[in-house]
Amino acid sequence: MLEQYIGATVMFIMAIGIACGMVFMTSVLGPKRHFAEKMEPFECGEKQIVSPHQRFSVKFYLVAVLFVLFDIEAVFFFPWAILFKKLGMFGFVEMLFFIIILGVGLCYVWIKGGLDWE
Amino acid sequence: MIDGIFQFIDENTYLLLGIIKAVVIASALLGVVPLLVWLERRLMGRFQVRLGPNRVGPYGLGQPISDSIKLLFKESIIQNSADKFLFHLAPVVVVFTAIVSFAVIPMTGPFELFGEKMGLWASNINSGILFVFAISGMGIYGMVLAGLSSNNKYSLMGGLRSSAQMISYELTLGLAALCVIVHTGSLNLVDMVERQNSWPNALNLLNPPLMIAFVLFFIAGIAETNRAPFDLPEAEQELVAGFHTEYTGMKFAMFFMGEYINMVTMSALITLMFLGGWNTYILPDWAIIGFVAFAFKVSFLLCVFIWLRSTFPRIRYDRLMTFGWKFLLPIAIVNLFLEAAIRVI
Amino acid sequence: MELLIFYPLAGFCVLMGLGVIISSSPINSALSLIAMMMGLAGVFVLQQAHFLAILQIIVYAGAIMVLFMFVIMLLNLKSAEEDTWSIRPQNTYVSVLTGFLALGALYKIACVISQAKLDSPAAVPDDFGTVVRVGTTLFTDFVLPFEVASILLLAAMVGAVVLAKNKID
Repeated sequence: MLEQYIGATVMFIMAIGIACGMVFMTSVLGPKRHFAEKMEPFECGEKQIVSPHQRFSVKFYLVAVLFVLFDIEAVFFFPWAILFKKLGMFGFVEMLFFIIILGVGLCYVWIKGGLDWE
Repeated sequence: MIDGIFQFIDENTYLLLGIIKAVVIASALLGVVPLLVWLERRLMGRFQVRLGPNRVGPYGLGQPISDSIKLLFKESIIQNSADKFLFHLAPVVVVFTAIVSFAVIPMTGPFELFGEKMGLWASNINSGILFVFAISGMGIYGMVLAGLSSNNKYSLMGGLRSSAQMISYELTLGLAALCVIVHTGSLNLVDMVERQNSWPNALNLLNPPLMIAFVLFFIAGIAETNRAPFDLPEAEQELVAGFHTEYTGMKFAMFFMGEYINMVTMSALITLMFLGGWNTYILPDWAIIGFVAFAFKVSFLLCVFIWLRSTFPRIRYDRLMTFGWKFLLPIAIVNLFLEAAIRVI
Repeated sequence: MELLIFYPLAGFCVLMGLGVIISSSPINSALSLIAMMMGLAGVFVLQQAHFLAILQIIVYAGAIMVLFMFVIMLLNLKSAEEDTWSIRPQNTYVSVLTGFLALGALYKIACVISQAKLDSPAAVPDDFGTVVRVGTTLFTDFVLPFEVASILLLAAMVGAVVLAKNKID
């Protein structure tokens, strides 16, 4: 069983090598002419006007939580989809219940405006 | 001594072939990127009634190579307030995940070589499609890290936006793929193609619920790879260049390398899942013909990607999120159960 | 051969686990946690639990850690704020207490493991750890917990909206 991962492992090592090699090469090969203004954060040629340290909209947090929940749901779907023929009607109804309960959740989020981006 | 080497090769043919295949595929993947850049610039030029790059080499083919050499010799600026380690890590993560997720993509059917049954893939994992989703899903950290480490509000906003976009469309991507999995009953990409090899089942695309799944998967795939019209992280008018605002030289190019490799992976996935992979249906099924057919289908899809970029204007961010959550996601769920209902009856 | 892969992987996991605790910035902590989960997925593959390995990456490293990262990005603390957070005295008491609790739990686990027979591992069936096997168990023997899980997810969804909505209005 483990033989099937040989190629992926080699690819894994190569990918690390290639990616790190590129970063290393560009750090070594490029010229280094530093001066104070160059090393400032980019702000269209100005000094930085607004600090990047500010709080962002909580909607992003909501999206991330919803993603986690739906991702777990999708993970349950994968074995179900494989076994679909074997489980037949039973599996279908079982998953229908599962998704209806989650559908209620999605509807609730929708009605409460959790999916609005104004 | 030499006998010993031959004996070693004999005993470990499988292992050695695996290593050689992985090396070849990874290098080929890196070679495809400049070609794709060239193709995109040429096609974009044609779409916009201009020539595109045509000076370096025949048909401008040398352009991407000279560009990459130039980028390699550019100064890599790390501004003072940036977190140096994370700043370097971000492009590494992007390229790394892009290359690794291609490892399980099969490009031909199984054939015999040196007495070993093999095919043109680095790894044939039982749950191949899950592997692609798992690894390409990790690519999101490249953007998050680039945004966090740059200490620049444009980068941070771009990183936040693009990661939120990616996770929103990942759900649709998974649910659309589930339709195909219900249809074929396998997570293995080789199996998926083999199930499409005869006429009544040929081309998953021709099946009505899978047709919808194809459209959903394609749209979500464009959003996943951050291509226009969903290239919000690169919304120049609002965010300068999004999460890679502070990046210069090769590190800047690495983000695009990741994007192009992801594009190839996405096109390959669509080909395998919906377009019959290496099946030609009329020509004899030799491995070479299969590979050419596969490459043809993938390059067609890549051209569609480029075509879409030059056709559609960029979508507004709130529209993008509501489109993903309120339109694509419900359709994907209903469509999955439509397919399941058809299969069960 | 398996041990040859196992020990570096396990060492990597432990190292990254230490990184989670030791590193002072939340980003580095979260990154170490992600790396540790990748290593753990590798260990799962070695144990023939293929599906579990991929779930480990998709759910933990790919979804839950994204949530962590989002929280870090949203809070977006300056380094000065981080310092004041870490030197609050009650934090120290809490961490010492939880540390001792964790140590106790670890000791208990070590006791159980040392008593288990390690040299004769139970014979695993051929399809152990594959999607089919996991799915069959989940959808036949554990139907009720599976359905209850959906209620749990629903509760989480409602909770998230209530929390987020309070802050928007």
